Amino acid sequence: MIPELAQLALSLALMLALLTGGFGLWQVTRPEPPLVYLARGMAGSSVLVFSLILASFGALVASFVLSDFSVLNVAENSNILLPLPYKIAASWGSHEGSLLLWTLMLSGWTAAVALFSSRLAPGFRIRVLGVLLILQFAFVGFLLTSSNPFGRLLPAAVSGRDLNPLLQDPIMVSHPPLLYMGYVGFAVSFAFAVAALLEGRLDPTWARWSRPWANAAWSFLTVGILLGSWWAYTVLGWGGWWFWDPVENASLLPWLAGTALIHSLAVTDKRDALKSWTVLLAMVTFALSLLGTFLVRSGVLTSVHAFAADPKRGILILALLVLVIGFSFVLYAARTGKVGLGGQFSWRSRESLLLINNVLMVSALAAVMLGTLYPLVIEVLTGNKMSVGPPYFNAVFAPLLLPAVWLMAIAPYSQWKSMPLGEAMRAMLWPLLGAMLVTGLTIWRWGKPSLLLVLGLAAAVTLAYATVAQARQQLAKLRRHGGSVLLSDRARQLGMSYWGMIVAHVGIAVFVAGVTLVKTYEVERDLVMAPGQTESLGEWRLTFIGVDSVPGPNYQAGHGVFELTRGSGREITLIEPEKRQFTAGGQVITQAAIEAGFFGDVYVSLGEPVAADRASSRPSEQAWSVRMYLKPFINWIWWGCALMAIGGIMTLFDKRYKRLRARPVVAEPAR
Amino acid sequence: MLNKSRQIRLVWILGLVLAVSATVYSVLRVFNDNLVLFYTPTQLKESPPPGRNYRLGGMVEMGSLVRTGDGLSMRFRVTDQNNVLSVTYTGITPDLFKEGKGVVAQGRLENGIFVASEILAKHDENYMPPKLKQ
Repeated sequence: MIPELAQLALSLALMLALLTGGFGLWQVTRPEPPLVYLARGMAGSSVLVFSLILASFGALVASFVLSDFSVLNVAENSNILLPLPYKIAASWGSHEGSLLLWTLMLSGWTAAVALFSSRLAPGFRIRVLGVLLILQFAFVGFLLTSSNPFGRLLPAAVSGRDLNPLLQDPIMVSHPPLLYMGYVGFAVSFAFAVAALLEGRLDPTWARWSRPWANAAWSFLTVGILLGSWWAYTVLGWGGWWFWDPVENASLLPWLAGTALIHSLAVTDKRDALKSWTVLLAMVTFALSLLGTFLVRSGVLTSVHAFAADPKRGILILALLVLVIGFSFVLYAARTGKVGLGGQFSWRSRESLLLINNVLMVSALAAVMLGTLYPLVIEVLTGNKMSVGPPYFNAVFAPLLLPAVWLMAIAPYSQWKSMPLGEAMRAMLWPLLGAMLVTGLTIWRWGKPSLLLVLGLAAAVTLAYATVAQARQQLAKLRRHGGSVLLSDRARQLGMSYWGMIVAHVGIAVFVAGVTLVKTYEVERDLVMAPGQTESLGEWRLTFIGVDSVPGPNYQAGHGVFELTRGSGREITLIEPEKRQFTAGGQVITQAAIEAGFFGDVYVSLGEPVAADRASSRPSEQAWSVRMYLKPFINWIWWGCALMAIGGIMTLFDKRYKRLRARPVVAEPAR
Repeated sequence: MLNKSRQIRLVWILGLVLAVSATVYSVLRVFNDNLVLFYTPTQLKESPPPGRNYRLGGMVEMGSLVRTGDGLSMRFRVTDQNNVLSVTYTGITPDLFKEGKGVVAQGRLENGIFVASEILAKHDENYMPPKLKQ
C-alpha cells in the first residue's frame, strides 16, 4: 500500500509541476499578467510539490526500513541482516532511489527559493520558479517512466540481495545526499540565469540574488567530493584518495565550473561586469552537473556507482541533458546581445584577477573533460577501449592550478576597477619570505626536494600568510578609521562574506600543502608478515599479532591485530584492520586501519593469507600479506576541503542578504 | 599606420595566442603519452602493440593462480575464451581479484609474458570485460 501511495504522490507532483510551471511561464509573457498573485501561487505550488516528493521519498525509506521485499528496489538493494543506518542509506544506493533523491533535492531547493524570494520582483520570481518546476516535471517524468523506485516484485522475495558492501560505510551514507545537494543546487543559479535571459534583462540584482545560492551549492558539492575521496581512502584498502577515475572526474567538472561561477558572480554583483560570461558559466555548471549524473548513473562508466546498466535509461538521461543544454544555449545565443557585456576595467584590477581565475578554472575543466570524455567518444566511434592515465591529469593540473594559488594570495589586496600594482606586490614580501623559510626548513628536515614540493609548498604558505595578514591589515585599518576598540565588533563590521572568503582561501592553502606533502613524502610497503614479526617503515615499527575470525552484524570479519610503536617509544597503539566477507553476497571488502595524526597517518590494510604457510593449520600461525603506508599530512587534505566548504557557508550569513530579504527589490536600473 | 596603443594591444594579443597554443600543444602531448589502450589476449597475440603500457582485460582462468617466492609474487593466466596469456604480478591484489572473475591488468608484454604493474579493482563483482559478454 505504501509504495502505491508514494507513486500516486509522485504522479500528483508531476501534474502539479507541469501545470503550475507551464501556466506561470505562459502567463508571465502575456500583457498585464496578475504578477503578484501568480508569483504567490507558484511559490505555494513549489512547496506543495516538495511535500509530495518528500512524502514519496519517505515512503521509499519506510519500505527499506520495514524490509518490504515485495518492492523490487528493496529486494535488490537491501537485506534483513543489514544494520538500520544502512537500510536507510540503501534507499539511495540504487539507480532508482538515487534519482528520487536527486529529484527530492531539486524540489527542496525550489521550495527554499520559493520561501526566501518573497521580496524578489514578481515577474522574475515567476520565471525562476517556472524554470525549476519544469525541470522537476522532467525528472519526475523520467523517474516514473523508466526508473520507478516503487516497482513491485511478485511473489515477494524471501530476503533481499543486499546493499553493495562497499557502500556499507558511515561516510558513504552521507556522501550521495551532500553531493546531490551540490549538483542540484546549481539548478538554482541556472534557473536565475535562464529567467534573466527570458526576461531579457540582467542587472546586478540578478547576480546579488544568485550568489548565496551558488555559494551554498558549491559548499555542499565540496563536502560531497571530500566525503567520496575520504571513503575511497578508508575502504578501498590501497591508500589513495584520488584516482582520476571518470566517476570522480564527473563530480570535479561541475566543481571547477562552480568555482569559476562563484568568483565571476562576485564581479557581476559588485561591478556589473562580465555579465554574459557569468550567465554562460551558470548554465555550463548545471549542464556539467547533469553530465555528471548521466556519466555516473547511466552505466556508461563501469564502477561502484553504476549498477545494472540499462541502455534505455542512459538514452533518456542523455536526451534530458541534450534538451536542457540545447534549450539554454539557444536562448543564450538569442538573448545575450540584449544583455551586454557590462562595465569596463583595467587589466590591473580585481576584476582581471578574478577573470584570470576563471580562465584557469575553465582550462583545467577542459583538460579534465578531454581526459574523461575522449575515451568514451573513441569507444563509441571505433569500439576500441582505452583510458587516460593519472600521469596526464597530474601533469596538466599542477601547472594550471598552482598559478591560481599564487594569484589568490594577491587577490584580497587588489582593488576594483584599477589599482597600483606596486602596493599589492609589496604586501607579498613577508609572505614570500615566510614561504621560503618554511620550504627551506622542510627540505632541510625531510629532504626530497622537487619542483612540485618547492612551488606547491611555497604557494600554500604564501597564500595562507598573505590571506591572514590581509585580514589583520583590514582590522587594523578599521581601528585607525575610528572603528570599535573591540576586535569582535570590527570583525563583524568586515562582514561574513569577507570572512568566508578568508576561511575558504586558507582552506585552499591547507589543501595544497596537504597534497604537496603527501605526494612528496608518502612511503608505501607491501609486506608478508607472520605472527610475531616486526617490520619498520620510517620511524614506525609494526608488529603483527595475528588475524582472528570475528562476527559482525552482517559479515564475518578476519580481524587483524597489530602493535604500532614510534621509534623506540614505549607507547603501543593497537591497529586493527579487517577483511570482511558479507553473508548475503559473499563479497569481500578491506577495511583499513588508520592511526590518524596531525602530521600524518599510519595506514595498515590486510591483503590475503599467504599460501606458503598453509601447512600450519592453526590460524594463529598464518602469515598474511600486509600493506603499510605512511601518509604525511593527509588529514590536511580533508581539513582544507572542510574549510573551503565552511567558508562558502559563512558567506550566506552576510548581513546584506538579511537586508535583501527585508527590503523589496524593484528592478534597479542598470548602471 | 598603427597608433601606439594599437601596437601594444597587437603585441598583447600575439603573446596571448602564442601562450595559449603552446599550452594546448603541451597538454595534447602529455595526453597522447598517457593514453592507455585496452586489449584482450587475442588482440595481443594477433598484433602485439609497440612497447608502452597498456591494459589487458579478460578472465582469470580457473586453477591458474600460483603464488611464488616471497608470497607477494604471483602468476596467473588471463583468457578471453579463445586465447590465453600468462601474467605475472608482485603486490597485494584488490578484493575483487579471484579465479573465474574478470580482471583488468596494466603493464607491458615481455617475452610473451604480460608483466603487470597494477591490477585494477574499479569494477563490481559481476563485471565482465564487454568483449566477453557476447
